Amino acid sequence: MSALQIKKGSTKHSAYNLRPTFSDVIETHTLAVLVDNEAGVLARVIGLFSGRGYNIDSLTVAEVDHTGHLSRITIVTRGTPQVIEQIKAQLGRIVPVHRVHDLTVEGPSVERELALLKVSGAGDKRVEALRLADIFRANVVDSTLDSFVFEITGAPEKIDAFADLMRPLGLIEMARTGVAALSRGSNS
Amino acid sequence: MARQMTGAKMVVQALKDQGVDTVFGYPGGAVLPIYDEVFQQNDIKHVLVRHEQGAVHAAEGYARSTGKPGVVLVTSGPGATNAVTGLADALLDSIPLVVLTGQVPTFMIGSDGFQEADTVGITRPCTKHNWLVKETNALSPTLHEAFHVATTGRPGPVLIDIPKDVQFATGTYTAPVKGGSKRYQPQVKGDMQAITALVDALETAKKPIFYTGGGVINSGDAASQLLRELVDATGFPITSTLMGLGAYPASGKNWLGMLGMHGLYEANMAMHGCDLMINIGARFDDRITGRTDAFSPHSIKAHIDIDPSSINKVIHVDIPIVGDVAHVLEDMLKVWKSRGRKTNADGLAKWWKQIEEWKAVNCLTYKNSDKIIKPQYALQRLEALTKRHDRYITTEVGQHQMWAAQFLHFDDPNRWMTSGGLGTMGYGFPASIGVQMAHPDALVINVAGEASWLMNMQEMGTAMQYRLPVKQFILNNERLGMVRQWQQLLHGERYSSSWSEALPDFVKLAEAFGAKGIQCKDPADLEDAIMEMINYDGPVIFDCLVEKHENCFPMIPSGEPHNKMLLGDASTKDAIKEGGAVLV
Repeated sequence: MSALQIKKGSTKHSAYNLRPTFSDVIETHTLAVLVDNEAGVLARVIGLFSGRGYNIDSLTVAEVDHTGHLSRITIVTRGTPQVIEQIKAQLGRIVPVHRVHDLTVEGPSVERELALLKVSGAGDKRVEALRLADIFRANVVDSTLDSFVFEITGAPEKIDAFADLMRPLGLIEMARTGVAALSRGSNS
Repeated sequence: MARQMTGAKMVVQALKDQGVDTVFGYPGGAVLPIYDEVFQQNDIKHVLVRHEQGAVHAAEGYARSTGKPGVVLVTSGPGATNAVTGLADALLDSIPLVVLTGQVPTFMIGSDGFQEADTVGITRPCTKHNWLVKETNALSPTLHEAFHVATTGRPGPVLIDIPKDVQFATGTYTAPVKGGSKRYQPQVKGDMQAITALVDALETAKKPIFYTGGGVINSGDAASQLLRELVDATGFPITSTLMGLGAYPASGKNWLGMLGMHGLYEANMAMHGCDLMINIGARFDDRITGRTDAFSPHSIKAHIDIDPSSINKVIHVDIPIVGDVAHVLEDMLKVWKSRGRKTNADGLAKWWKQIEEWKAVNCLTYKNSDKIIKPQYALQRLEALTKRHDRYITTEVGQHQMWAAQFLHFDDPNRWMTSGGLGTMGYGFPASIGVQMAHPDALVINVAGEASWLMNMQEMGTAMQYRLPVKQFILNNERLGMVRQWQQLLHGERYSSSWSEALPDFVKLAEAFGAKGIQCKDPADLEDAIMEMINYDGPVIFDCLVEKHENCFPMIPSGEPHNKMLLGDASTKDAIKEGGAVLV
């Protein structure tokens, strides 16, 4: 990263792992933050974003280790490389934060989101909705004579695409979980 | 060793086990059980302030002058909200504090009870970390972790909110564990490759400069010693931020003086023109950098900081080193010495020649008067008459603060207490009380402006009660001097609300508290008056009537880089352009 062409650092926390921060291009990054599941920890993370003017596109949180009381917060955020690096450093110094992973730069990862969509309609539109749901591998989890609730899982773009198709067919309500993400491969 | 005791007793026990000798505080309903325990022991001295903001600033003064954490004990609701300014101040200046607040009992939390406030919610963004303790058994580990977090890594204020029922209930007390909390262990050793890269740069640099900050002082005495060794051995020039004054002695031969908005010409010009900038424990604050896109345009920049979020936050650096200043300097010296202590002697000689030319500008020159006391003159006399004393200086915020930084000289760390990051008017007086508590026999002077000083003047009661001979050296220009200066420079000389109307008679005010008041307005009387202040055994309010319209120079106008400094009144017309006017 430096003008001196220094190799990446030898220690785990080396500042040399930081990326160059000259670019003005806005990037979208998915961050996985492992935290102690204690009172106020989510407020600390969200307060950091609002207090310093960072964006949150999506945020999910749940306890993932019940014995160790660890929660995983997955945040999708946007910013210049400098802002992204700053977000990671700021997250890293919150006391209950154990680790911050930038899944966008740390190799390949999978991202999934679950959504529930309520589509109301009759006749051809109802048939078409069901047909498209089948194509998108969405499940019907509730049905009345004039409505369906579809459950769909996938990358956020897939859910966007499905919702766009459902809109003219009578989409009246939607709930999305936000992104959950993991790196591919055997390393944690 | 585990023992059963009440939560209130645990608080006092934990403070003792953490080596606390002084607590600054103010009682109230939600902390009565803890105050009852404080009453029944003699190891910890409690200082009753007159306002909770004063307690926090006093604890900051104590912490900054000793290197130990300052401890505050206040009640719920207004007690906690009054402490907020002090917490924000300590966070920006990285001062270790442990603040204990009472809270309504756990079963009343959320019911809008009497003196209830969401203290952890309010203080979350202005503490390094905070806790609400809902179980007595969790209290002692939390107290110990609080001390660990406040003092480890980049220091800062922490707060523990303790509901009243938790204070009354009995639970198990556990003693502190060595090494502190496992989950918070910041990296202290720097990356050796990066340190080696810095040594490479150091060996060849033609125009190097050390730019040091409060992190050197926070790192401890060893850091200041290593810094002195490094500076003297390399022969490089050194400048410091406001917060770092004293880490390298002002009497040292390589000292350029403070840099920044009101820093010295030679320091700022050297920062602008250098080819290697070694930032040690400073954070490229906007008071330092001026216009960032024109900041030191031709230099390789190295940055040693214990806080990874300081790296590349404001200024992109070439050699970032995350670690504790003392650890990194030790490794750096080792590598540099083992490679034969090389520097670029020819380059350095030319560089010093250039610096001497900048020094010859004599940027602190001012027009003295034999009719009216100039604030700069007052500080020069104060410096001359007190420098041989065991002296600690605190300041308020404004012009006087900048003049104090320019004209008072510090040869040791921990001798200079000032509100740098937050710029809190009202900081200096209570801070001087905290310093005097820690150093009972020292000469403690608060250099103040009359407006700042009035913001926490109630602490005269504290100074009197504890017989603290703090000297309040007030440069009284009957103006909010820095506000007035900015209004002159960029608001068409419309002095909106920037004068001090209806000021008290400071001499009578001192006497009303039982202290000594001295007023001085004739330059010819100044030395005698200052000597009278120094020699008086007790608190003194020194009302020094100074020139009302003096401006603080040199100055980097906002929106301009280091090499565009204003040196005096003549150069100020239209100095701040449209883009700069929106900056603070």
